[in-house]
Amino acid sequence: MPKIIGAVTVDALRCKGCELCVVACPTDTLALRADDVNDRGYHYAYMARPDACIGCASCAAVCPDACIEVYRVVER
Amino acid sequence: MTPEEIINPANRVYSRPRLLTEVNTHYCPGCSHGVVHRIIAELLEEMGLEDRAVGVAPVGCAVFAYNYIDVDWVEAAHGRAPAVATALNRLWPDNLVFTYQGDGDLAAIGTAETIHAANRGENIAIIFINNAIYGMTGGQMAPTTLIGQKTATTPYGRRVDLNGNPLNISDLLAQLEGTCLVTRQAVHTPAAVRKAKAAIKKAFENALAKKGTSVVEIVSTCNSGWKMTPAQSNEWMAEHMTARYPLGDLKNV
Repeated sequence: MPKIIGAVTVDALRCKGCELCVVACPTDTLALRADDVNDRGYHYAYMARPDACIGCASCAAVCPDACIEVYRVVER
Repeated sequence: MTPEEIINPANRVYSRPRLLTEVNTHYCPGCSHGVVHRIIAELLEEMGLEDRAVGVAPVGCAVFAYNYIDVDWVEAAHGRAPAVATALNRLWPDNLVFTYQGDGDLAAIGTAETIHAANRGENIAIIFINNAIYGMTGGQMAPTTLIGQKTATTPYGRRVDLNGNPLNISDLLAQLEGTCLVTRQAVHTPAAVRKAKAAIKKAFENALAKKGTSVVEIVSTCNSGWKMTPAQSNEWMAEHMTARYPLGDLKNV
């Protein structure tokens, strides 16, 4: 059965740490970086569990700042 | 495969729309405006309308919309966006003219312009962001504020005897003969975002096909004004706002 593997990149400088992508992620891939902030003082989102990502783009669909890019590979 | 192997342009399935400018928006973290801006930018790009689209920006939080979406814009006086859009559409009937208004702009000071533009059946698309509060000026009560909702000017909650009932302007507009599409959407989940995008696409198509006025109400959040986190305000919106403003098509002819 083909396996879908995804990955996302977050523009850390643009992210405002609103956490909507974390809530929308069905696989708990994303989290806010608790120990770091960007230039504007926000805890930005990052892939906390990269293995879990399925590239569904739910995070990108709800991101108000359009700072998420989604990549997807189907491994056969 | 490692994330580094996956992340290359050949595998990209979603990226920032080209029509969104590189500036950071001034919106609060988690604001629905950003999502709707992104949807509009995606649609204008997908429909190939960037040369023909003219937006009319409101007064309110979205007043700087012209800085964020890279198409032609006109900034209207408070509430007068549908009147300005009428002129634009009559002068350049081949262009897509849309307004982007909040509830204070569309349902309070601009009620007359909104209702008469819709009644005349102007071939424009109206994007109506309803967050039940005056966000820009500090969270005062708006006509759309829910009964019992606490705002800066109704600190004990909105009362019917003192403040009247919430104004459901989309239901009013659906009664008019000039409107061809009146729909109410939200952008709090990925599924809702996709539906809202389809509704705005339909509104743009109606405007280009000269079918009449299309109104897409987006039931939104204002987490700063509501004094909640973005995630909490989405939940509060889904629970309370949609009870008074049920999602779905009110009119689609």
